[in-house]
Amino acid sequence: MEDGDQVIKKFMYMNRKAPYGTIYALESLEVVLIAAAFDQDVSLVFADDGVYQLMKGQNTDDIGMKNFSPTYSALGDYDIKKIYIEKESLDERGLSLEDLQDLKYEDEDDDWAEKDSIHLVSREELAEVIDQQDVVFSF
Amino acid sequence: MAMLHTVNKSPFERNSLESCLRLAKSGSSVLLTEDGVVGAMQGTKYSKNVADAMTNVSFYVLGPDLKARGLSESNIVDGVKVVDYSGFVDLAAEHESVQAWL
Repeated sequence: MEDGDQVIKKFMYMNRKAPYGTIYALESLEVVLIAAAFDQDVSLVFADDGVYQLMKGQNTDDIGMKNFSPTYSALGDYDIKKIYIEKESLDERGLSLEDLQDLKYEDEDDDWAEKDSIHLVSREELAEVIDQQDVVFSF
Repeated sequence: MAMLHTVNKSPFERNSLESCLRLAKSGSSVLLTEDGVVGAMQGTKYSKNVADAMTNVSFYVLGPDLKARGLSESNIVDGVKVVDYSGFVDLAAEHESVQAWL
């Protein structure tokens, strides 16, 4: 895909770990925010235990770690608006979209209307999205 | 000999909870911490394993780790007791030994 003389690639960030127990979730978020500065086509996936990263109501006061979950709601402002959640991962954990943060972006081509960034996809649909990527980063 | 088993990994990620439950003797206790707290939640693929194991072992989960992850104490498997850090220390002191499943 070309935009003027700049090549735009499809970058996917695959998040598969619960937050806080390991550093992967936070590191992924840091890398995503840095990458957002390069105007690429960015997608985020939350699958397996990665779905826990988006849980509402996280409160790390008692574990002495930074609660980075509010940062996800800023992704829309960084023009990251393709966030895929694997439905089977939610089902296996007794969770639904209701348990997760509601992530939105403002569409500049539609009078800044607020739109959903989250796409709930089946395992099969997710496989298809992964297949279309140029680069997949695994966290 | 009453042993305290600690599990700090999600059952979806590692088989440490499964191994622990397979080898924990009747009368021992299991404390779920860090990402291991996921194992205490109701309605997951592993809830039944925990509920079944509770006929032989006592289950505890570390409250601060649930709270950090946005997991509600009111949504844990029936019979699992929530403890704080001092409760963790008490458990360690009450049991003869501590076995950490990594």
